[in-house]
Amino acid sequence: MTHITRRRFLSQGAAGAGALAAASLTGGALWTTRLAFGAPGSGADGRVVFIIMRGALDGLCAVPPYGDSAYASLREALAVPPPGAAGGGLKLDNLFALHPSLAFMHECFAGGELAVLHAAATPYRERSHFDGQDVLESGVLLPHASESGWLNRALALKDARSASLGIALGANVPLVMRGPAEVASWSPSKLAGLSEDTLQRVADLYSTNPTLSQRLADALASDAIATAGQSQSNEMMAAPAPAVAGDQAGAGAGAGAGAGAQRGGAARYLETVRAMASFLRRDDGPRVAVMETTGWDTHANEGGAQGQLAQRLAALDAGLREFRAALGPAWRNTAVLLATEFGRTAATNGTRGTDHGTGSAAFVVGGAVAGGRVLADWPGLGARALYEGRDLRPTLDLRSPMKALLHAQLGISDRELNAVVFPDSEGAKRLDGLIRA
Amino acid sequence: MADTIAAAIAANRFGLGARPGEIERIAADPRGALRAQLTGAAPLLVDANLPASADVIEREVQLRMERKEFKQRIAGEVPNDAPNDAATQAALQKLPALLRPIYIDDAVARVRSGVATERPMLERLVHFWSNHFAVSVDKQAVLGIAGAFEREAIRPHVLGSFQDLLLAVEQHPAMLLYLDNAQSVGPNSDAARKLSRRGFGFSAPRQKIGINENLAREILELHTLGVNGGYTQADVTEFAKVISGWSIGGGQGRLRGGEPGRYYFREALHEPGTRHLLGRSYRESGYQQGVAVLQDLAALPETAQHLATKLCRHFIADEPPQTAVDRVARVFLATSGDLPSVYRALIDAPEAWSEPLSKYKTPSDYIYSSWRALQLPVPDGPKAIAPFELLGQRNFSPGSPAGWPDRAADWDGSASLLKRLEWADQVSQRIGTRVAAAELAPQALGATLSNHTRVAIARAESGTQALTLLMASPEFMRR
Repeated sequence: MTHITRRRFLSQGAAGAGALAAASLTGGALWTTRLAFGAPGSGADGRVVFIIMRGALDGLCAVPPYGDSAYASLREALAVPPPGAAGGGLKLDNLFALHPSLAFMHECFAGGELAVLHAAATPYRERSHFDGQDVLESGVLLPHASESGWLNRALALKDARSASLGIALGANVPLVMRGPAEVASWSPSKLAGLSEDTLQRVADLYSTNPTLSQRLADALASDAIATAGQSQSNEMMAAPAPAVAGDQAGAGAGAGAGAGAQRGGAARYLETVRAMASFLRRDDGPRVAVMETTGWDTHANEGGAQGQLAQRLAALDAGLREFRAALGPAWRNTAVLLATEFGRTAATNGTRGTDHGTGSAAFVVGGAVAGGRVLADWPGLGARALYEGRDLRPTLDLRSPMKALLHAQLGISDRELNAVVFPDSEGAKRLDGLIRA
Repeated sequence: MADTIAAAIAANRFGLGARPGEIERIAADPRGALRAQLTGAAPLLVDANLPASADVIEREVQLRMERKEFKQRIAGEVPNDAPNDAATQAALQKLPALLRPIYIDDAVARVRSGVATERPMLERLVHFWSNHFAVSVDKQAVLGIAGAFEREAIRPHVLGSFQDLLLAVEQHPAMLLYLDNAQSVGPNSDAARKLSRRGFGFSAPRQKIGINENLAREILELHTLGVNGGYTQADVTEFAKVISGWSIGGGQGRLRGGEPGRYYFREALHEPGTRHLLGRSYRESGYQQGVAVLQDLAALPETAQHLATKLCRHFIADEPPQTAVDRVARVFLATSGDLPSVYRALIDAPEAWSEPLSKYKTPSDYIYSSWRALQLPVPDGPKAIAPFELLGQRNFSPGSPAGWPDRAADWDGSASLLKRLEWADQVSQRIGTRVAAAELAPQALGATLSNHTRVAIARAESGTQALTLLMASPEFMRR
């Protein structure tokens, strides 16, 4: 028996879904069914990316409202200085700036490709990360009330029309992408692939187990695309990756331990976004991708213009820059939403950080975005304006921009948005004009 | 009559995976074999090479001081850690150079213990409680003491009462550092009144001092009542004041005092006064005020319900039957949280035995059960723990204070499956033909081994491939 490795076999095949299907192994069913992410040219070109910022991003640091007279005194040493000052924010308008680590985002803003949302929140009003993330991902009003996520339900609607699929960047699928539509996951592997024969036997072994059978087929399809994409991407990416302050990776991965900055750091983002781009830039590839980021839970030593949070923001910003480069022309049709489960206290706490809060900032960036604007009904940071006397008061429901993305990019109707994707969301109107017409 | 389905459940779901001979040995009385593990000494992990948390922290504080002095010397006040030359880089590396080897030694010892143990249910329970009271080496302050946390705060109390376990955990330096309580200061404490606007402790001058509510919130939400346990934001804030002053000895400046690296109640940081939370009043009694709240929390029905749900989810099914949860919770309350009684209630639950293979293995389950089945010697050093990271469950590193999730949907992604298969194949290649898969399969899986898998193993083109197929089989993916 010849031993062609799976990666080689599939990356040759992955030149086109049809070719791959034709070249499928004796078992047939394994590779023929799930590879067609969507017939080329069969529908809208819109891409949606959701970057989940787990841990509760401090919106008042990422997008400092330097023009609010209460900001500096609430934030004390953590305040980001106003634009023009040393280490100052990057000006958006007369009220808001971007954190100085977000240079690429600021370029996008200037180019009309970034819309900044502020004082935004899901309907969740308690302060548990885990429940907050559940609501952010499920798209329903209460935690743990839904086993499926809003992106998956949107995909399931889309799926029926054009067989488009989604991809989760990570070994497993987060709640936002779980549900009726089949979704693959992908993460880099340092292990060698299995032989063609062994793989086929495993596939046969799973023939009576639909779940494992499906997972295996999805994994092989994704792996093939990522492998093909990475080699293309490496040629494109001859220029060195941007240096990033937060990149402390490389300190002995084999040792398997390090500070959070290392795991949340730039190197991992770069590898992940390159893979994400290799999926999304294909004409016959998935249209929706989800990527998770962590490390935003800054209870102590958060820093301001510089420090822990600044380094994480810089790594994220570098990741987005790389994503745009690797995505190529498809960037034009892409909208990336970056959002977190809730914000943090308006005032600093006793350990140079901030505790769990309510309203935060969110971002929609990409070539498809009608940006260059801050979308906020600013409630102010005065003592009486604060939610429960401590948090930025939310005035924008995150489901509004989510609806706008799904409507413009995937063609999901308002009726479907309200009935299926975001039940009980009549109060959160679709944010009109967020995406270019 | 021997009950090999029950024996497979006992070894694979209640334990860490059957070793050859294990299922046969316990088949006469699988439940009895589990109950027998619950008597005797606590499952301590004694190893002279593993340092106490206090020693690690003491060395760490020393190094941090040296680093701070070094940085001040070369650059005045530097606001962040950006290394700017080789000398700085070297100084900054001293800390990881101290902590990482300790982390590795502790993780390897833990893995060895899990692979070798004759009381696998107890080892699984150690992992369960470590995960319930999660600390993570994602935070560097925890890197050198996460293993010690498990050895010092979890293992001695796994066969004790929940209340003692809770008290030990919330006073352990790893938890106080991980959830930021060590420097939390009551706004009307002596320290706050004297030092406000003047500079304090470890840090830069003129900084604000005050409460950090992180630990208080997670004790209520994750460790005791559960998120639906009926507490409010006001309860969180009050509780944070109660445990202000729960700190670690041996700091600098105003954090002087106490035994270095050990729990220390700092009266001066503690918010004075009577506190009202969860419908009760707690008069000022310093350290005892926090103990009183924790003791009450440990005895509340919401806590019993929360813990019973998590235990039943871990040992019975992702969505555990409410009847079983209620029974376990009742035993918890009736015995004032006597953990062996609670475990016996789990073993006695008929729901635990009605459905074999009800749980999808986590990556960690998968690795332990593979190594136990294959009787592989655990490799030395980083090699022993690398598979956990490769398969997505790095030791002592859950992504959040909620710990690793415990449902199939959190672990059964397509990429995750492919990694397991690749790792299984790699392990099989290394073993070659030293282990006969056809003989091993019934020993690892007992009566849960399907005919389909048995045939696939028998027809494999090589012994290596047969082993891969055993480890890839649907029944080996579950427990």
